[in-house]
Amino acid sequence: MTTFLSLTFAGLALGAVYFLAASGLSLIYGLMDILNFAHGMFMTLGAYAGWDLATHLPATTPSVLTFAVEVVAAIAGGALVALLTEVVFIRPLYGKPLSQVLVTIGLDLAVVALLLGGFGANSLSLPVPLWFLEATHAGSVLLPNADFIALAAGVVVLVVLEWFLRRTRFGIVIRAGVENREMVSALGVDVGRAFTLVFVIGGAMAGLAGLLYTAVFTGDLLSPLQGDGLLIFAFIVVVIGGLGSIRGSAVAAVVVGLLQDYANYYGGQHAGFSEIGNLSTVLLLALVLEVRPRGLFGRAT
Amino acid sequence: MTYAIELEDVHVSLGGSHVLQGVSFRVPTGGVTALLGRNGVGKTTTLRAIMGLAPHTGTVRVLAHDTRGLAVHRVARLGVGYVPEDRDVFAGLTVAENLRLAERVEVPAYDDAFALFPDLADRLRQRAGSLSGGQQQMLAIARVLLNRWPLLVVDEPSKGLAPKLVGEVADALSRVATTSTVLLVEQNLAVVRRLAERVVVLDHGRVVHQGPVGDLDDADLARQLLGVAAAP
Amino acid sequence: MRVPRLGLAVGVALVVLAALVPYLGLHIPAVLPGTQDVLNSAGNLSILAVSFVFGAVALGYDVLFGYTGLLSLGVVLHFATGVYVFDIALTDWHWSLAAALAITAAVGLGLALVVGAISLRVTGIAFTMVTLAFAQAFYFLIQDNPHGLTGGQDGLALSTTRLPSVLSGAVSNTRSLYWLALAFLVVAGAAVWIFIESSVGHVLVAVRDNEARVEVLGLRPFGFKLAAYTLSSLVATGAGVVYLLLIGTAVPDAVATTTLTLAIVVMVMLGGAASRGGAVTGGILYWYLESLLVKVSGQPSFAGLPAVVRVPLSQPQFLLGAIFILFVFFVPGGLAGTVARLRARRAGGSPGPGHPVTAHSVLARLVPSRSDKEAS
Repeated sequence: MTTFLSLTFAGLALGAVYFLAASGLSLIYGLMDILNFAHGMFMTLGAYAGWDLATHLPATTPSVLTFAVEVVAAIAGGALVALLTEVVFIRPLYGKPLSQVLVTIGLDLAVVALLLGGFGANSLSLPVPLWFLEATHAGSVLLPNADFIALAAGVVVLVVLEWFLRRTRFGIVIRAGVENREMVSALGVDVGRAFTLVFVIGGAMAGLAGLLYTAVFTGDLLSPLQGDGLLIFAFIVVVIGGLGSIRGSAVAAVVVGLLQDYANYYGGQHAGFSEIGNLSTVLLLALVLEVRPRGLFGRAT
Repeated sequence: MTYAIELEDVHVSLGGSHVLQGVSFRVPTGGVTALLGRNGVGKTTTLRAIMGLAPHTGTVRVLAHDTRGLAVHRVARLGVGYVPEDRDVFAGLTVAENLRLAERVEVPAYDDAFALFPDLADRLRQRAGSLSGGQQQMLAIARVLLNRWPLLVVDEPSKGLAPKLVGEVADALSRVATTSTVLLVEQNLAVVRRLAERVVVLDHGRVVHQGPVGDLDDADLARQLLGVAAAP
Repeated sequence: MRVPRLGLAVGVALVVLAALVPYLGLHIPAVLPGTQDVLNSAGNLSILAVSFVFGAVALGYDVLFGYTGLLSLGVVLHFATGVYVFDIALTDWHWSLAAALAITAAVGLGLALVVGAISLRVTGIAFTMVTLAFAQAFYFLIQDNPHGLTGGQDGLALSTTRLPSVLSGAVSNTRSLYWLALAFLVVAGAAVWIFIESSVGHVLVAVRDNEARVEVLGLRPFGFKLAAYTLSSLVATGAGVVYLLLIGTAVPDAVATTTLTLAIVVMVMLGGAASRGGAVTGGILYWYLESLLVKVSGQPSFAGLPAVVRVPLSQPQFLLGAIFILFVFFVPGGLAGTVARLRARRAGGSPGPGHPVTAHSVLARLVPSRSDKEAS
């Protein structure tokens, strides 16, 4: 039981990071029909932006402050890269959604390769507060502190995003645009600005996801490939949750995170099945698509 | 005479079929002009070309502005309210959100909208998708009244509505028409007779008749043009 | 059948020329991808042979991508199936060559039918994502090394004890392996060509252009799409077998990654989708260029370049990405599309229906635009 509770907690934390990665993807797809492969690059660059700024701080900076700087840098970095991507590469191809998809694939490959060439595969370590590496006792259950951070970030972003989408005019434009982009513009609304905005929001969340993934799950090691690894699971979450649905992404992210953790622990003990958790998420995707091709919360087409 | 809409030699091809083949007509400022024709002759496509939603060649002038090169939202901001066919409201948004989305002026005329459609005022928090067909139609019209724009383009507002609701929608449009120019696509000839001053008839992607609404009284002409008996 | 006689003659001439390459000891400086500047050196022949393998994969992939309008990101699943099943049968189980080929064919066909049938239940982007997920699952599986069969991350070197001597030893028998790769390319090309020119192939193009219209005619597109998926996958599986014989080892990161899938998409875009000879040209050209680049970036003079130039050029994936972007923006029809455009310009007419379509016109079918409302 103790093990099960620990696993559940870790799975929820993983799900929180998946949600951060997936919700932006889902919004971008819902509004613009773009399957954004460059999202992996947003995540990776966010983490690198955090690392870069942290290494330029004076050595005497308190570790909590360093981490705060990293978070801000990751969010800003992800948002900035996403903004440039939308303006420079996506906008000129407006009306050609699949050319846009191909461009995002190309961008992701090119940028990841540049990072590999510049920094190597696995050489950088992200400074995090020592507290992250410790654990909190809850009864007999040990809960890693870093997981709390991931979980809190996921919940905060979910709440803020829901507020933004329900209460602000831009949020209403985005939700309406996911339903019927054409009719939104026929009401005199510049949908192009909404496109840029979802990219920026998606990029900001992706940057945060990339940083937290490094701080919580990779032993603080940065890799240029981490974003693309995360991207596969973000895709799986988005499709299971239903393209364009934030709540769907949230539910699916938790399901996928838990499934992966349980499967890894209970199935991975058998020799040759150490990655059964990864495999199980793909099988879940296939199953969901067979039973309900539009995903759990997807709109009917 | 000034014109709210002018079309000159407008062509539209959709998926390989030549839907509009040189449509030219003008909608004078003020009152209701009805765009008529059988199913599939290109009425909706004509409205979409006016809004910039259908790629076209030829010239479209809206409120004296050439729309060439204008994005759809820029055309709308010239002062055009568009009520699409099939009551295209945003089903996942509430009534209030649907209305808020359409606001383009500092002080939106909610009073006007709610005076015409008091039902909506009571249902502001309801999801538009859960409204009845008639209520959705009212929302689609109310949405474009908020800005008191000079021109409304309305696509088949009576389609699929119960007779009583058709009357209500027609009442509303006739009041709107006292302050705005309306271009109306409508199959229900009783509604057309009641609202419209002028008619433009399309067939096979071309304008085949223009004139005062009284022309429809000639039953032979009406049958020939529209393929329906025009008796009231 | 519309047989372009000139095209066929050029094709035959190129195959004959390619078959003679092992006898051509020409000294060509700088542009050869192998370490020696002699055309028929073992290194050059081996790289050329692998380029034929990927030419065949691209050709098969184009049946699905170009002609049927389906963007699958699962092609490496079938390629890696050929590599691994054949390897496991020979190396782990010590089966005979014939038995190994038989089981590879059986598993390849079965997997193509099952994965195809499941994936084709959904369309558009969802199809793309499911195929990607299946391929990724296969990658995870072989990385996991279940029952010690695949060797995991380190890979599984091919045991050559059960192979005829003419096929074993990549160095000593480079020539025979080279001819084998060329023969496979010719067979795969013929199979694809016959398929595309058959009535099934014509239905596929109709499905791509207007699926609803095909359904109105009383045909079920599913069966035709599955046929295209299966052929495409079988070519990839066969290519996997030849690849394994050439390279001699199966490593997940070389044969089963999404990067390889994307490289195959680029090959087709490079040559031109849905064009005769386009995909195969793209596949061969891509592999040649990548190999050349690897060679150039390993030379001592390269290290002297400024980092701004050296770092990007030393990363094949950077160039892959850059080519992707450049082609989408500037050469959407690939090489074949450009050739057709130039020809049409010279002839003063527009390219007819038999000419290559642009990658975008193919891709545009994949996502139904919400603005395509019916006219009324």
